[in-house]
Order: sequence, then C-alpha cells, then structure tokens
Amino acid sequence: MRHIISILLENEAGALSRVSGLFSARAYNIESLTVAPTEDPSMSRMTIVTTGSEDVIEQITKQLNKLVEVVKVVDLSEAEHIERELMLIKVRAGLKEREDMKRMADIFRGRVIDVSDNTYTIELTGDCAKLDAFIQALDAGAIIETVRTGASGIGRGNRVLRV
Amino acid sequence: MDRVKGLELTGAEIVVRCLQEEGVEFVFGYPGGAVLNIYDEIFKQDKVKHVLVRHEQGAAHAADGYSRASNKVGVCLVTSGPGVTNAVTGIATAYMDSIPMVILSGQVPTHAIGLDAFQEVDTVGVTRPCVKHNFLVKDIKDLAATIKKAFYLATSGRPGPVLVDIPKDITAAKHEFLYPESVAMRSYNPVVKGHAGQIKKAVQLLTEAKRPMIYTGGGVILSDAAPQLTEFVRLLGYPVTNTLMGLGAYPASDKQFLGMPGMHGTYEANMAMQNCDVLLAVGARFDDRVIGNPDHFAQNPRKIIHIDIDPSSISKRVKVDVPIVGHVPEVLEEMLKLLRAGSKRVAAADLAAWWKQIEEWRGKDCLKYDRNSEIIKPQFVIEKLWEATGGDAFVTSDVGQHQMWAAQFYRFDKPRRWINSGGLGTMGFGLPAAMGVQYANPGATVACVTGEASIQMCIQELSTCKQYRMPIKIVNLNNRYLGMVRQWQELDYGGRYSSRTWTRCLISSS
Ligand SMILES: Cc1cc2nc3c(=O)[nH]c(=O)nc-3n(C[C@H](O)[C@H](O)[C@H](O)COP(=O)(O)OP(=O)(O)OC[C@H]3O[C@@H](n4cnc5c(N)ncnc54)[C@H](O)[C@@H]3O)c2cc1C
Ligand SMILES: Cc1ncc(C[n+]2csc(CCOP(=O)(O)OP(=O)(O)O)c2C)c(N)n1
Ligand SMILES: [Mg+2]
Repeated sequence: MRHIISILLENEAGALSRVSGLFSARAYNIESLTVAPTEDPSMSRMTIVTTGSEDVIEQITKQLNKLVEVVKVVDLSEAEHIERELMLIKVRAGLKEREDMKRMADIFRGRVIDVSDNTYTIELTGDCAKLDAFIQALDAGAIIETVRTGASGIGRGNRVLRV
Repeated sequence: MDRVKGLELTGAEIVVRCLQEEGVEFVFGYPGGAVLNIYDEIFKQDKVKHVLVRHEQGAAHAADGYSRASNKVGVCLVTSGPGVTNAVTGIATAYMDSIPMVILSGQVPTHAIGLDAFQEVDTVGVTRPCVKHNFLVKDIKDLAATIKKAFYLATSGRPGPVLVDIPKDITAAKHEFLYPESVAMRSYNPVVKGHAGQIKKAVQLLTEAKRPMIYTGGGVILSDAAPQLTEFVRLLGYPVTNTLMGLGAYPASDKQFLGMPGMHGTYEANMAMQNCDVLLAVGARFDDRVIGNPDHFAQNPRKIIHIDIDPSSISKRVKVDVPIVGHVPEVLEEMLKLLRAGSKRVAAADLAAWWKQIEEWRGKDCLKYDRNSEIIKPQFVIEKLWEATGGDAFVTSDVGQHQMWAAQFYRFDKPRRWINSGGLGTMGFGLPAAMGVQYANPGATVACVTGEASIQMCIQELSTCKQYRMPIKIVNLNNRYLGMVRQWQELDYGGRYSSRTWTRCLISSS
C-alpha cells in the first residue's frame, strides 16, 4: 500500500543521507522524498512517499524514529490529510498546438509560466494522481521535459506535526 | 566537575580532558598523522592510558571487549583514512551486538575535506550504517559537547558504538573548555519505564500460562539485569533459555536453565520455545539463528510478550501480543512487584506436567559426546577449561565450531563472562577482545577459545599481549578445518569441501 510519511528532523548536514541510507540499507521503497527547512531553521520537514505491507510500514516508522536526528515521525496516510506536488512541464506548443495546449492546462488548472516560439512551460500543482493524469492526457510526443518535486503532505484540521 | 573557565585549551587537550571527565582509563589505539596532536596530549598526562595495538581492527575489538566485560565504555582512537577503514570490522561487530563504545577518529583538516586529501576518507559516510550515530566536528566550539553526546548516546537506550570524527586543525585550534554536565536532545529520548497496563497484562498471561517459557538475550546482559531476571525466573519456577548473547544472565548450572536456543542450541530449549503457550522474550530479538523461519515459528499458536528498549526490535520478525518498550531491570522490577503482591500461579499441576515433558526432552541428552575417545574431543577440552578455571573465567571466542562448543559446554553462571561476536560473527574477534577484557578485569583469568583459522585473523595482537604482559590463555581447538564451513558443506553441499586443500596447506605450513 502507498503511504505518505512526514518527518521532522534536525536540520544538520548528513541528516538526509541517514534517512535515505536507511531506506536503501533496509531495502524499503522510496517513491519520492522532499525536504526543506521549516519556520524554525534548525528543523527540516521531510515527506516520503513509500509503499509496503503494514509490517514494513511499521518497521519504517520505527526505524526512522530510531535515527538520532529524527525528532518526530507520522504516517499521514493513517488519517485525513492533504498532499500536493508541483510539476513544471515543458511541452511542444507551435502555432498548431498552442490553443489545445492552453485549454488542456486550463482544464487541469495549470498555468503557463514561460512561452517560446514552439514551447510552453506549464506549472501544475495537485496530488500525484492529478499530475499523472495530466501527463496521461497529453500526447507523449508533446512532452519535452518534466520536473516534479515529489509530494508534500500535511494533516487536515487540528492534526499537526510539530515539537 | 572540573572546569577551566576562561582558559583556552587546544582541541587535542580538550579531547583528553573529555576522556578524563568520562573516567576513561584506557584507550586502545593506533597513531597516524591526523591524530598526532591527540597522541601528544595523551603522552603529557597519565590518567588516560593508551594501549598500542598492532592493527586498528584489534583496537576496536579490544575496546568492545572492554565494554562487554565491564559496565564501562570502551574507547578506541584511530587515524584518518586507512586507520578508520581498518577499524570498520570492529565497529560493525560492536554495532550488531549493541555494544556501547566510542571511536575517536582523526580526519584531514577541515579546509582539505572533499579534496581527496592524503589519507582522506568519508568516515561519517563509511561508518554510518554500522554505528548508532556519528559526528564530524567542524567547529572547535562543538568539540566537548559532541564528545559528551557520544558517550551519552553510546550508553543510553539501546547501546551501540558512536564515532566522533575530528579534523586535524580542530585538534590544534583553541577554545575554552567547558564539559557539559548533562545532555538534552529533543530528537532522542529513549523510553525506560514500561507501560503499566502492558506489564499487568504480561504478568496475568504469565501466571495463567500452562506451558510457559522464558527466553532472554543480550539485552539482559547489557542492562545488568541478571539479578532481577534470576529472581523473577526462580519466583515463577519456569524454564528459561539464554541466547548466545545472553549466556550468563541466568546461571547455566541451575536446573531451570534449558541451555541455549536455536540452531546450535539444545533440543529441550528449542522444543520448549516451540511448544510453549506463553513465551516471554526479554532483551532478545528473535534472530534467524534462534527461531529459523518466522513463518514456521508462527505456526504453533502461543502468546508472546516482548520486553525490549528498542521498539524496532519488537514485531520485526515475529508478531508480538504484548509489547513492552522499556529498560529490562525496570520492567522486571515492576513485574516482580506484581508477582510478590500476590498474582500467584493458579495451576501448579499444569506446570508440573510441562516440566515432566521438558525433562523427557532433556533426557535425550542432545549434547552428549564420547568422553573416552582416544582423540580428545573439543567438548572435553571446554569442560576441562571449566574445571581448571572453577567455572569463573572470562571466556572470549572467535567464530566457528569452537565458539559453539564453548557456548554449550562452559557453563556460564555469571553475566559478562562470555564474550563473543554473535551478530556479525567476526573471525578475529577473540584475541583482541580478550585484551580489552583483561584490561577491564586486571586480576581475572581470561581465556580465548579459538580455532586455528580464526586466530590468524588478528594474530598480530599476540605481540601486543607480549608487550603489555597480558596473561591471556589461548585455547586453540585445532580441527585442521574451517570447521563451521566444512559443517555447512557437509550438510548443504553434498560434502563438496571447496577450499579444503587450501585449508590443509595453511595448516601444515603454520
Ligand atoms: C556461527 C554462529 C552461530 C550462531 N548460532 C546461534 C544459536 O544457535 N543460538 C543463538 O541464540 N544465537 C546464535 N548465534 C548468534 C545470533 O547470530 C545472534 O547474535 C543472537 O541470537 C542474538 O542474540 P539476542 O537475541 O540476545 O539479541 P542481541 O543481539 O543481544 O540484542 C539485544 C536486544 O536487547 C535489546 N536491549 C538492549 N539493551 C536493552 C535494555 N537496556 N533493555 C531492554 N532491551 C534492551 C536490544 O534492543 C536488542 O533487541 C550464532 C552466531 C554465530 C556467529
Ligand atoms: C571474517 C570472517 N570471514 C569468514 C567467516 C566465515 N566463517 C565462519 S566460521 C569459519 C571457519 C572458522 O574456522 P576456525 O577458526 O578454525 O573454527 P572452527 O569452525 O574450525 O572451530 C568461517 C570461514 C567469518 N565468520 N568471519
Ligand atoms: Mg578450525
């Protein structure tokens, strides 16, 4: 099953490699991993999307908690949460394709943020499934380049992860 | 607490002062360019004594042996690059068995890091998977606090080796010395006290059991909980088994002791593990050498209670019914309180029937061997060793058949007497570990039970033993084989003894 795990960790050199090293050493899957400092610069917030059986996910959260620099871990998928990912996608947009491409971006609530003679760069946010759907909806030949950030997640309502 | 306010010390002086503050008596090490400032400071004082080994692996094993045979922290000191890579086997050995240890390593100067400098290696990267935690000190003002943290992390929670990598320029820079009295880390707060509700549930399950079994491991030794365990087991009158890492936690000569469990364990211990209805695991991690395939193990229905300080040890290989996260002595004390307060066993007849069954299993005498054979059996040698030492020696071992014979036939009645590499299974551990054991217990008898192959992996340490006049007794069970490998080739490879000839050459030329 797909799980989205949020981690608060000390913003220290090497903390990221301890987390990624844990995943590779114990053969856990990582679909995506994003990390950046929080409002408190001494702390980073990481979101990891992973897949595994319930037993594996339990071990993943325990092993993460065991890392000395990890302050808190929560499996967001255990309850109501929101996830968002940002994608920048460069597509072919010559005279012929322009209008269709713009319409497609609109349907997905994307924004065209850069234009050249024959390309558009579209910014799109949403959950991972929506970004996948956008890519699916385009003609494979139309895509020149994609950059995705990986999912960031947060609990709904009063569900918070902080120290 | 000794403080030198206002006085500036060099990093090297700070390192040595920190070791003094921690009460470190011995450092096992090997010098090199990156740590020469530290060596110079060690030379200038006499509180912290340095033991010069012959190979950094020996330094790590010696520090590890020192920890295992005492409740102090072994310390080793190695230089950058090859110094630290040589020590990795020793660090990984300590990590797998959760041994508290502090490794200080030299590093190239901060300005040279990342430039492929002479004797540079990414020490934090290389050792990351085999330490509890590691640090690279980038600023002299963090040095003392980092060393304090290293000792704290090594000894608290689930113990383990912690490495502090110190660039050479940091050992020369100057800073005021302030040794922190305590450590608080928001990201690290191991649980010590067990959950009261779970403890109650556990005691109830145990007292209502028909076929109870107690299975204990290294966690009992590491937390010095042998007295509590012994009282607990005696009070209940239940059978008990100790893993290879847990031997000595319960007196092996007592009749409630069923021997070791697992692949090399006794028939009765394994049968009782398999057929019990309530299994209490204490500081033991359901290793594959102990329970084999977890799916097969799970086929017999039984309730499992598991006490461990590391939540990730619980329900890792085997699903547990009553998990108790906590420090063994604290949890056992709580359970003892409940037992003393009257949670008495109900069905004495069931327990008697269970013991009758166990005695039948024990009656097979699975470890019997021919005591009168012309060629002296290795088992016999260990029994004689037990006699000669009054059963009271510190016994280290290497890895192989000799290790299993020592574990099976030297009846350990006390904790911290049996010193071996269980998790990593490191050949070469025995001799250097014995050096550390001897330093931790100066007057004691220390024996290293080894094989003709294992001993050669750190044979250079004989020279250290000679230099420091360590009266270590080496018992070499020379079977002219990589015995344990041969045993596997016999069982699994139809007797194709690949590499046997090499073994023969090796032995006949030695
Ligand atoms: C050739 C060979 C053959 C082997 N055959 C066998 C065999 O037949 N039988 C056998 O038993 N072993 C055998 N071993 C050893 C085996 O590989 C494991 O090392 C061993 O079984 C693990 O022991 P343990 O479960 O006691 O755990 P350890 O590795 O000792 O781990 C200790 C556990 O206690 C916990 N702990 C630590 N401190 C505390 C505390 N303060 N409070 C609570 N919990 C704590 C830790 O978190 C950990 O889970 C063999 C090894 C070799 C090399
Ligand atoms: C460093 C290392 N290399 C290889 C092994 C694999 N191994 C396990 S036991 C063994 C043979 C040990 O031979 P010996 O020391 O003579 O002991 P015996 O089994 O004969 O008693 C080997 C090669 C190991 N455990 N450690
Ligand atoms: Mg041999």
